Amino acid sequence: MERGAIVAEVRKAFGERITEVDEAALEPFVRCEASTWPDLARFLKERCGLDMLVCLSGIDRGKGVGLEAVYNLERCDASRVGIAVKIRVPYEAAVIPSVETVWRTADWHEREAWDLLGIRFEGHHNLVRILCAEDWEGHPLRKDYKSPDRYHGIKNNVV
Amino acid sequence: MSSEATSTAALAPGGADLRTEEMLLNMGPQHPATHGVLRVMVRTDGEMVLDCEPHVGYLHRCFEKHCENVTTLQAVLYTDRLDYLTAMGNNWGFCMAVEKLYGPELVIPERAQYIRVICQELNRIASHLLAIGTYGMDVGAITPFLYCFREREKILTIFEHICGQRLNYNYIRPGGVAYDVDDAMLALIGDFCSYFLPKIDEYDDLLSGNDIFVKRTANVGVLSAKLAIDYGCTGPVLRGSGVPRDLRKDKPYGIYERFEFDVPVGSGEHGTVGDCFDRYMVRVREMRESTRIVRQALKSIPGGEIRSAKIKAKIRPPKGEAFTRIENSRGDLGFYVVSDGKEVLYRVKCRAPSFHNISVLPEISRGSMLADLIAIIGSLDIVLGEVDR
Amino acid sequence: MNMDSGTLVEWVLGSDAGFWWRLAGVATAWALPITLWVSLVGLISIWLERKISAHIQCRLGPMEVGPHGALQTIADGVKLLAKEDLIPEGADRMLFALAPILAFAGTFVSFAVIPFGPDLIISDLDTGLYFLAAIGSLEAIGVIAAGWASNNKWALFGSVRAATQVVSYEIPLGLAFVTVAAVAGTLSMTEMVEQQSGMFWNWYMFRNPFMPIAFILYYIASLAECKRAPFDLPEAESELVSGFHTEYSGMRFAIFFLAEYAAMYVVSALAVVLFLGGWYTGIAPLDQALSASPLWGNVVGALVIITKSFVLIFVQMWLRWTLPRIRLDQMMHLCLKVMVPIGMFVLVLAALWQALLPYEGAVANHKPLFPAVGSIAGLAIFVLLTVGAWIWVRNTIRATTSFKSANYRI
Repeated sequence: MERGAIVAEVRKAFGERITEVDEAALEPFVRCEASTWPDLARFLKERCGLDMLVCLSGIDRGKGVGLEAVYNLERCDASRVGIAVKIRVPYEAAVIPSVETVWRTADWHEREAWDLLGIRFEGHHNLVRILCAEDWEGHPLRKDYKSPDRYHGIKNNVV
Repeated sequence: MSSEATSTAALAPGGADLRTEEMLLNMGPQHPATHGVLRVMVRTDGEMVLDCEPHVGYLHRCFEKHCENVTTLQAVLYTDRLDYLTAMGNNWGFCMAVEKLYGPELVIPERAQYIRVICQELNRIASHLLAIGTYGMDVGAITPFLYCFREREKILTIFEHICGQRLNYNYIRPGGVAYDVDDAMLALIGDFCSYFLPKIDEYDDLLSGNDIFVKRTANVGVLSAKLAIDYGCTGPVLRGSGVPRDLRKDKPYGIYERFEFDVPVGSGEHGTVGDCFDRYMVRVREMRESTRIVRQALKSIPGGEIRSAKIKAKIRPPKGEAFTRIENSRGDLGFYVVSDGKEVLYRVKCRAPSFHNISVLPEISRGSMLADLIAIIGSLDIVLGEVDR
Repeated sequence: MNMDSGTLVEWVLGSDAGFWWRLAGVATAWALPITLWVSLVGLISIWLERKISAHIQCRLGPMEVGPHGALQTIADGVKLLAKEDLIPEGADRMLFALAPILAFAGTFVSFAVIPFGPDLIISDLDTGLYFLAAIGSLEAIGVIAAGWASNNKWALFGSVRAATQVVSYEIPLGLAFVTVAAVAGTLSMTEMVEQQSGMFWNWYMFRNPFMPIAFILYYIASLAECKRAPFDLPEAESELVSGFHTEYSGMRFAIFFLAEYAAMYVVSALAVVLFLGGWYTGIAPLDQALSASPLWGNVVGALVIITKSFVLIFVQMWLRWTLPRIRLDQMMHLCLKVMVPIGMFVLVLAALWQALLPYEGAVANHKPLFPAVGSIAGLAIFVLLTVGAWIWVRNTIRATTSFKSANYRI
């Protein structure tokens, strides 16, 4: 199944729930609302055979846009056909349903996105910080993040 | 009478008062076999591992945050520190993402492409040498480690001559490579290939064919293909499970489609497909394949430019988003790069293979012995610099 | 000091001096030389281990202190002496302090019955072999105590592994002992060596077709007793950090270290006495000429026994720097399911052979230049085993090389 066919299938099955499709971009993607994501994820894995979640990137798109999660999916066979799914959420309600039961990779990746960007993945069994210390405050990869002056008495020397 | 009966029961084997307890073992962050600062919480029943949970993040250096504060060219330097054993691959992976932003007009000069392949494959050999050597040490054989380092040293010396660095090369830059390689150096690399191939036989003698080593690794830590894909495992870990996925073959980047090489996969020679031995053996065979690629590249390397003129000294990648992956020695190393047309990238996300490979550890180590857990961690061959970024 | 008057210690004990004098006499005659010898063995074998491992691994090893680093061990010993003596919090302080001494004592006492020459033996017990078997496992108690007292989970793992190893290897080790005893008809060390005089095919090793197997059993079990690779499970630095001595530092650690190397010598010397002709060179005319003079017999005898022992120690080191470590369950499988049945068979068959075909070479008068049937068979089996093992290893290696990868070509 080519990428075009996958997009067509997704469009057919989800119709209006897919808010944007860009196949001409450097990284072709489909966009959907957070509420559609669990259904779409299961559809992509089971019907389209995209069995590998290659990467989950959280991006802070800045004021007025919000946070975005980019899922790079791929079929793990010789074709290596893949597509990206983008989900945008506002800062105030940065919640995306977890897909750790669909792709086990999502477990650690969602923890990382929560840790660094503060996207909350609903339904994750253990959404705790993974890279930063447990008592770290704030989410470092947000654009408005201010690094603390001190951490446990250790002075921050970064200007 | 009753008290006497109780005390007898307590002493009798299997008596009511005779019970065992689980032990919570904290392996790492400082432990000789965790290959860095990995911390694994292990729940054991005697020597049996009931469950384990890897805790990562002890080496978190905010790579992605750094990249948002330095220029694109400076960011290449930070990629060296990800998988510090295959820094050439990291450089290349990042540069490839940046180059993709420029679109198809940007053509990397032929000579640079060849140099990249040679460096990447040599670096893969160096990385696998370290993986094999330390793996021998994990199962108790110390000597192969020194043998592997003897060969690795030669590769590092070659790199030192090429770019002045032994570990953090910062050599592959957007648009090409930093310095040209002279003919004497290429001859030296050719000599290394001839020298190196017989040495692999030595490792076969010492480890691959060693009965104790086979017994220690076969049927241990069996990772099924389905589980490996579900956890996003790539590289030798996935290929060890019998899945012949190699980006150099599937989606050839650079000029890999010009070379002839095989993709070794695990076949369960001594046990089950996807056990530690298969993962180990895939690495040994990959070293042979890498040597093959280097030899082919040396034969046909052209002269000419080493950097594209299209990329200026002040790199301002065009606006856009790109996600590229290369086949690094530990698996698919991906970079998701978002540029808003400035000198500083808006966002860089690194998809680190070790991050995925180590996350499968609890699944494949349940029910094994404590000694097996060490063997399994070793066979996954993680680099914490890349897990924690 | 000859056979009539017994050994020096027996002479001291038998004298009519006062109790304290006799005690002091025994201490001087026994403890002092043995302490010196144990230290010397430790120094030499630690240096040897470093150099041998270095050369196996294409390194140089210590080169700075003394010629070819010969004095490095002394420098390290001084360093260990000067180090802070640490006892972890929550440790059982008394047991912690006692453990290295216990471990050392077991090895140290073994030297009492290990001969160095016809007359160079502290105490020629009638039950020498039995005494060794009993005292040999004392070291394990020290190791177990060390792990338990350290209040460290890794050390505890090490000590439990040591306990497991003791109950596993002691049985095949004992079976090998009994096999030798059945063939020898005695438990006395000196008498056993005397029986092996003459040409080298008189050695117990070649005495009958089953003795080479008994020797291999003994050697494997002795590797386990010394906690040498591939049986270094109680220390297993890549798994258990350092095993039972994780928490030990300074002099206490040095004592453990010394005990380990002394134990290597003990088991090797024992192998020489039990299987490899003790202080006899294995060339009958030479031995006869030497035994004419008690002095030369003893001096050369001591040299021969020490040389043979160090050859075996070298093999131990060679194995350690070549082989990976086996797993706990594999070790138990090997000891209990493979070596014990083989040991049983060897014992029964060797005893039967001894009963049906008693050794013809009357040993006492040093003339069996004509080897008995048993010796021919023993030598043949030994050669067969060696060649067989070599072919087997080669085949295993050939069967598993990376060359087997499908259509591999350069």
